[in-house]
Amino acid sequence: MEVGKAIITDRLTKTFGGFTAVDSISFSVDKGEIFGFLGANGAGKTTAMRMLCGLSKPTSGKGVVAGFDISRQSEKVKRNIGYMSQKFSLYEDLEVWENMRLFAGIYGMGDKEIIEKTDEVLNRLGFYEEKNTLVKDLPLGWKQKLAFSTAIFHEPKIVFLDEPTGGVDPVTRRQFWELIYQAADGGITVFVTTHYMDEAEYCNKVSIMVDGRIEALDTPLRLKQQFNTSTMNGVFQQLAQTASRNE
Amino acid sequence: MLKYLLEKEFKQIRRNSFLPRLIIVFPIVIMMVFPWVANLDVKDIKLSIVDNDHSTYSERLVNKIASSEYFYLTNASNTYSEAIESIELSESDIILEIAHSFENSLIKEGYARVMISANSVNGTKGGLGSSYLARIVNDFADEIRSELIPPNNTFPVIDINSQYRYNAYLDYKTFMIPALMTVLLAIISGFLPALNIVGEKEKGTIEQINVTPISKFTFILAKLIPYWTIGFVVLTICFGLATLIYGLSPVGNLGIIYLFAMLFVLTFSGFGLVISNHSSTMRQAMFVMFFFTIIIILMSGIFTPVNSMPQWAQAITIFNPLKYFIQVMRAVYLKGSNIWALSTQLMALLSFAVFFILWAMLSYRKKA
Repeated sequence: MEVGKAIITDRLTKTFGGFTAVDSISFSVDKGEIFGFLGANGAGKTTAMRMLCGLSKPTSGKGVVAGFDISRQSEKVKRNIGYMSQKFSLYEDLEVWENMRLFAGIYGMGDKEIIEKTDEVLNRLGFYEEKNTLVKDLPLGWKQKLAFSTAIFHEPKIVFLDEPTGGVDPVTRRQFWELIYQAADGGITVFVTTHYMDEAEYCNKVSIMVDGRIEALDTPLRLKQQFNTSTMNGVFQQLAQTASRNE
Repeated sequence: MLKYLLEKEFKQIRRNSFLPRLIIVFPIVIMMVFPWVANLDVKDIKLSIVDNDHSTYSERLVNKIASSEYFYLTNASNTYSEAIESIELSESDIILEIAHSFENSLIKEGYARVMISANSVNGTKGGLGSSYLARIVNDFADEIRSELIPPNNTFPVIDINSQYRYNAYLDYKTFMIPALMTVLLAIISGFLPALNIVGEKEKGTIEQINVTPISKFTFILAKLIPYWTIGFVVLTICFGLATLIYGLSPVGNLGIIYLFAMLFVLTFSGFGLVISNHSSTMRQAMFVMFFFTIIIILMSGIFTPVNSMPQWAQAITIFNPLKYFIQVMRAVYLKGSNIWALSTQLMALLSFAVFFILWAMLSYRKKA
């Protein structure tokens, strides 16, 4: 494996029956990078991400995440990553600190460490007074921030974020990206899917998926030059028009 | 790791608006209501008498029958066809017709005839009713015989002395209560886990668990232990109620009952988790669980003895964990059997528990 790479895939493919959701994608993500994984609805982003996280078996091809093969060593992959799914999936009937404690415990952290870190994280988020609030009573924006904080609580090497800012207001989105930058500064590689093209500008590198294939992969600046447009939105529009899948 | 998962499961159960109440109320309702209604005692049979004789003896026979607790006289018809009509109208269940020359032939010839006809749409009631009635008539015949024949003239008489062991008063409740406890335990420890994992699938929280390096063993264990505890609580409530309401406490060792109960709960929870793992919606899990629970209960010997089922059905009951547990409960509760007498049941339940827990672990898939 190449030194300095957090994720490498080689012709990674997933088919469901006759439908090829992810069609032979090959790319790599550098350590410490914020990697934007873009694509229209149904382009195969979530399926690709689920394979990288060990939630879904690749039909063919190879993937290495944090140094481990995703087909054969998926449990080792899981030890080194954090994941925030598109659908909010923390326990709504547990309190904020209880969710953090549960997942930290599962990742093998000790009691004392968990207690200290919970307070530290909640303070940093400005969220300490909500420590004992049931998660179901939180507004969506806070739920997302909590999900992200829980995903990186155990200090994984890579964190996978599947549309983390879907449905939240622009101010909260802005704050959310600050959290992502903090995490990246702390050395965590961030793999993020999004629909918001302004967010794509925040990424170090961006790939755009169309119909299960990666059609473009570069820094936002060079993509804009390549497609001769001033915004990522322009790049995306040009590529998305070539899509034959609808939803 | 297990510690954190268990904390989570218990907190979720405690915070559920429904489960803690269910765990308390369900045993109370089952124990207070079902021993009375799940009852096969045949009592209060409606009797119609057609007395064609109207003699002293026939009057005595009628009085004797009417004074028994099994029968009450609803109807005295003049003809048999009138009596049959009353059966058709459900006004009576059984007819006793006394022949015209009842007293005459009894005195002169030494024997007399009566006819019993029973409505046996309900076979148990018809069969038991006519045999109770026949017994009363025979008693009556013995009385008459001893009156007519001087006492010094000895007849060889065999006196049968029946002893009812372990349930001296033939109380059906005593027989049903230990078995009802098992059904209750089966329902609570089977349905709750069946809805659990699939519930996490529906909510999406399972995804966050599946992406962690948690082992299948730990995950399933964390799901089983809470139901194991709930089973313990439910059973203890049942014991308390059985003693309090029915004055029924186990003749045998309580420890043996708990041992078997814990194996049984593990079996059923394991089974529930298997169904949960294989289902994609709670509705699906619910229906599958219902299907199996009904078969398991009907083939357990709780209402109908397994020995009187056809051979092929008896062969199926070998794989019914509830059958073994009911045998254990009745044996320990009523007879006071010790553990050596129950080694078959112990081996069976132990194997079931291991089998279903392993299956539950293997069928939990972290990966699609």
